[in-house]
Amino acid sequence: MHQEYTIIEGDFVNAGKASSSVKKTLKQLNVSPQIIKRVVVALYEAEVNAIAHAYGGKVLVDIDSDKINMVVADKGPGIPDIALAMQEGYSTARPEVRDMGFGAGMGLPNMQKNVDKLNVTSEVGVGTTVEMMVNFA
Amino acid sequence: MFVHALEIEESSCIGCSRCMKICPTEAIRIRHGVASIQEHRCIDCGKCHEACPVNAIYVKEDDFHDIHAYPHSVALIPAVFLGQFPDEISVTRIYSALKDLGFRHVFEVETTAGIFADAKNQYAREHPDIRPLISSFCPAIVRLIQIRYPSLVENIIPVKTPLDLSAMYIIEEMKNRGVPREEIGVFYVTPCAAKIAAVKAPVGEKRSIIDGVINMDSLYNRVYKKIKEQGKNYVLKQGQTIRLSSDAILSTLTNGERRLCLAKRSYAIDGIQNVMDFLDKLENDEVEGVEFLELRACDQGCAGALLSYDNRFLCGERMYGRARKAAERERNGEVPRDREVDRYRDYLLDNAFVDAVQPRSMLVLDKDRTKAFQKMERINKLKNFLPQIDCGLCGAPTCESFAGDVVINRVGLSGCIFYQRWLERKNDITRQECLAAMNAVWGSDRMGVPPDKE
Repeated sequence: MHQEYTIIEGDFVNAGKASSSVKKTLKQLNVSPQIIKRVVVALYEAEVNAIAHAYGGKVLVDIDSDKINMVVADKGPGIPDIALAMQEGYSTARPEVRDMGFGAGMGLPNMQKNVDKLNVTSEVGVGTTVEMMVNFA
Repeated sequence: MFVHALEIEESSCIGCSRCMKICPTEAIRIRHGVASIQEHRCIDCGKCHEACPVNAIYVKEDDFHDIHAYPHSVALIPAVFLGQFPDEISVTRIYSALKDLGFRHVFEVETTAGIFADAKNQYAREHPDIRPLISSFCPAIVRLIQIRYPSLVENIIPVKTPLDLSAMYIIEEMKNRGVPREEIGVFYVTPCAAKIAAVKAPVGEKRSIIDGVINMDSLYNRVYKKIKEQGKNYVLKQGQTIRLSSDAILSTLTNGERRLCLAKRSYAIDGIQNVMDFLDKLENDEVEGVEFLELRACDQGCAGALLSYDNRFLCGERMYGRARKAAERERNGEVPRDREVDRYRDYLLDNAFVDAVQPRSMLVLDKDRTKAFQKMERINKLKNFLPQIDCGLCGAPTCESFAGDVVINRVGLSGCIFYQRWLERKNDITRQECLAAMNAVWGSDRMGVPPDKE
């Protein structure tokens, strides 16, 4: 099952639309609440990241009976040093983003913590792609 | 399987579908011209009861005359019951009328409101890892969380509500005075349907200790009639009126619990839709640092309850009036009589906790995930085919819920009027078949006599 959502730069109002919809689907599939929570938290972080840092992008979700694949691909500044960005507390968020309660430097580490597989690829000046996978069992 | 207090009287139901449209959990369908409730989705909130124009949805209660079977019959009334009566009828007068109606004792549920608050605070101290904690007070909310927010059931504090705590106190106190249990009949006067369902099928407990349930609106009629019959020269019955603390009086109104909880950050949210909006955010981890949630299905808390006779704001203000008087007495050093319950504090706190609340999700399409997945794909395809205008003519509240009914309950797709037209265009359906499909939902002879042509 394939779902797609569009991300618009700076549109924090609609942050969480993709994760909410995925949550509803997973509940119907009888996925355990603990796993749903991990999926939703990771996807929400990725959505917020793309909204805060990039110039728009897409969320692609593929669900089958035993796992979920999520891809958040953005057009944006890219991440020069992925290893550094994976460290808790490291943030390049602008002050106005931090004022909204986002950008604490917990995004990527939080995704890492909640998914079974995380793959971040990025090209400076082009964009970032975050691929995440969570097994249901 | 699920016990509900709301029932539909089919002979009165006109199949108008107002209840179907308003139900927050999409639990109602129209079949053969009458509404029916899907039991696994119903949370007994009573929205349908409010929306029904012909009073076809009723709240089951026990026979009032059952009270005479017990030498020690007890009316366990909620404080909002007293808030129903006009100012000139005093609390003592209402207590007295209840005794004239045959109750030997009258107690207020909120007698144990303080102990309920203590039990919740104790649980919060013992479980610092569980946050936010959600009050178990409103049974419609507990059921809502069970069916829609299964990941939050472990946040519900598994503590008995003042209703059960007060019944335990009354029974224990009487037993200590030598009254045998079988002579005590505790009758709860309920402001809502969800409380009845909670008594008849308690969550986290085997059975309730309440012996019977009487609806607040029907008891209001009896009491008011009695008071009118007795007239002005009536001599009050002897006996104590329970003097609740101001905190206890206000505990069932919105913010009533929140005021007493020892949490840094808490919210009091009333109204089913408001609660659902908040829980959706909470479930996504979008709200941080919340320690306690007071969630109520009814606007203004129990003053807005289903079986409340008077306007929720008028009732609420009367309760505030009573609470202000109680607060003044407290400032003058008078100890509220509900403190007598303190002698039973340890006993009640030792027995206050119940088993953890279990989820029973209504959303799961099939226990087998592969089958659930197949059903979901079929539902999604169907949903995208349907017109998405939620007209309700198929007898389901939304196109999405209808798609689910077709896949899961094998309801005929031709119930959709747009699908009928689509088939007609291809000459795949006869006029008779269209009519039959419509009658299956709305019953036959829905139309009256056509008006004369001018």
